Amino acid sequence: MNRVENRLAGIVLVLTLAVIPAIAFAFDAIFALTFATRILILAAAAVSLNLILGYGGLLSLCHSTFLGLGAYVVGIGGYHAYNDEIAWMADGFVQLCAILVLSAGAAAIIGVISLRTRGMYFLMITLAFGQILYLAAIGAYQYGGDEGMTIFQPSTFAGFALQGRFVMYAAAAIFFCVSVLVVERLTRSRFGLVLQASRMNEARVCALGYDPMRVRLVAFIISGVMAGMAGFLLANNAEFVSPIDLHWTRSADLVIMVVLGGLGIGLGPLFGTALLLIVEELASGMSPHWPIIVGVMVLLVALFMPRGLAGLVSSEKRHD
Amino acid sequence: MTEPLLFVECLQKSFGGLSATDGVSLQVSHDSIHAIIGPNGAGKTTLLSQLFGQLRPDAGRIVFNGTDVTHASTSARVRLGMARSFQITSLCLNLSVLENVLLASQLRRGGWTGFWRRATASRDAVEHSETVLAQIGLLERRRDVVEQLSHGEQRQLEVAVALALDPLLLLLDEPLAGLGPDEATKMIALLKNLKGSVSMLLIEHDIEAVFSLADRITVLDFGRVIASGPADEIRGHPDVRKAYLGHEEEEHA
Repeated sequence: MNRVENRLAGIVLVLTLAVIPAIAFAFDAIFALTFATRILILAAAAVSLNLILGYGGLLSLCHSTFLGLGAYVVGIGGYHAYNDEIAWMADGFVQLCAILVLSAGAAAIIGVISLRTRGMYFLMITLAFGQILYLAAIGAYQYGGDEGMTIFQPSTFAGFALQGRFVMYAAAAIFFCVSVLVVERLTRSRFGLVLQASRMNEARVCALGYDPMRVRLVAFIISGVMAGMAGFLLANNAEFVSPIDLHWTRSADLVIMVVLGGLGIGLGPLFGTALLLIVEELASGMSPHWPIIVGVMVLLVALFMPRGLAGLVSSEKRHD
Repeated sequence: MTEPLLFVECLQKSFGGLSATDGVSLQVSHDSIHAIIGPNGAGKTTLLSQLFGQLRPDAGRIVFNGTDVTHASTSARVRLGMARSFQITSLCLNLSVLENVLLASQLRRGGWTGFWRRATASRDAVEHSETVLAQIGLLERRRDVVEQLSHGEQRQLEVAVALALDPLLLLLDEPLAGLGPDEATKMIALLKNLKGSVSMLLIEHDIEAVFSLADRITVLDFGRVIASGPADEIRGHPDVRKAYLGHEEEEHA
């Protein structure tokens, strides 16, 4: 709607992302860069969730499944490249192609079945599918089983390894910006218009001759692929992957990030993710009961800030 | 005689023991207005929903523009040229007026498979939407969010959205519902204007409006057709007076 505001937000975002490494370097706080990288990767995953949750109105509890799928492709590829010297399995392009096919395929299968239902049933079916893959990862003893595995061989692009704090930060920052741009364009397109209208008034969209399920399925697949790509970065950044990445509570975390940040607002998930991870970082050392703080935050946002944290600075109106 | 645009034969629909549509047959010819009247609960909206594919009839046949659509989906019927407006306004309240119409306009101009270009950047769909809005008299409000429109304007927009599908047949479910006298006059004028360019099947309680608009009228009661014919004929039909206009007649007597 508001192009000037969008431009401004874009410029502020890019400048902020560019300045963070310099600040981290100046204050000799390089560890902060890794933390910022983690925020950006998870925020990108939350941005992709926002497409189906905020704009599409679909409360999915298997978004971390796609994230984990991407992470395991990197883990398994790295494992075979390292142990069996099959170099191409650590090739970044090969891994990204595999993630594209696997996450699109998984999203298509999960979507075709779950999108026949709405609300609680949709939530339960997505949760069930997510847990199936979580249990499959636990059963994969070769790849660490329930303990997960350390990734000794990062993804490589033409001989250049995806590792190092600055490289990872740059990759995450670029990926996040591209994700925001993609979701922004999608939601303003014809597809996005029908997707949002389906959330607001399904009967109307049907009466106009559209099939809302098809539109939602496409959104679900796009969102799943984007999350899979985020998983690629997540694994390379953490140099570790475990079944916990696939657990449904991780999906719930992503939902919380989107809700805290602002449903259906482009940059909202960044605010939500940053807040959640910073609270976790600061509070988890103090008490094992730190998630209570998150609960209170969600409560306050739900009661008093229906447009989330981003609603404080954005005039973008959520279309209900 | 030319084939009618809509041909309905012995349509049957019951809910449990209740016969909501009981052997209804009717025809709508090209470029005409056909009104369906009847007391509350006569099965008018149920009939409309079957014609539009939102409810499955138990038996009978619906032929639209030469195609048997009895078992066709709503979306197939829309593509063939049917459009429906709702009795209770059914718009996307937080989208703009233009976006609501655009949703309809873009169906025949590429559909929903545009992922990168802004929906509002496809010129032909936007121009078509604006033409329809100008016809309805809502062009100045195109940027406003639907929520901000008055009830009367929302009813007009409801018709505009259906019209933007370029239908051959408009199924209008009580377009005058809840309108004040001025707004109703405007709406009737609007529908009169459309007459000749699109056929209409109209459900309406406002009897005066029906008689001033309709070429033919079908009267339903308890799901059955109790009378059907040219408007003048229906006005004087004894069964109709009894079932539908009864109270007024008694008062006047």
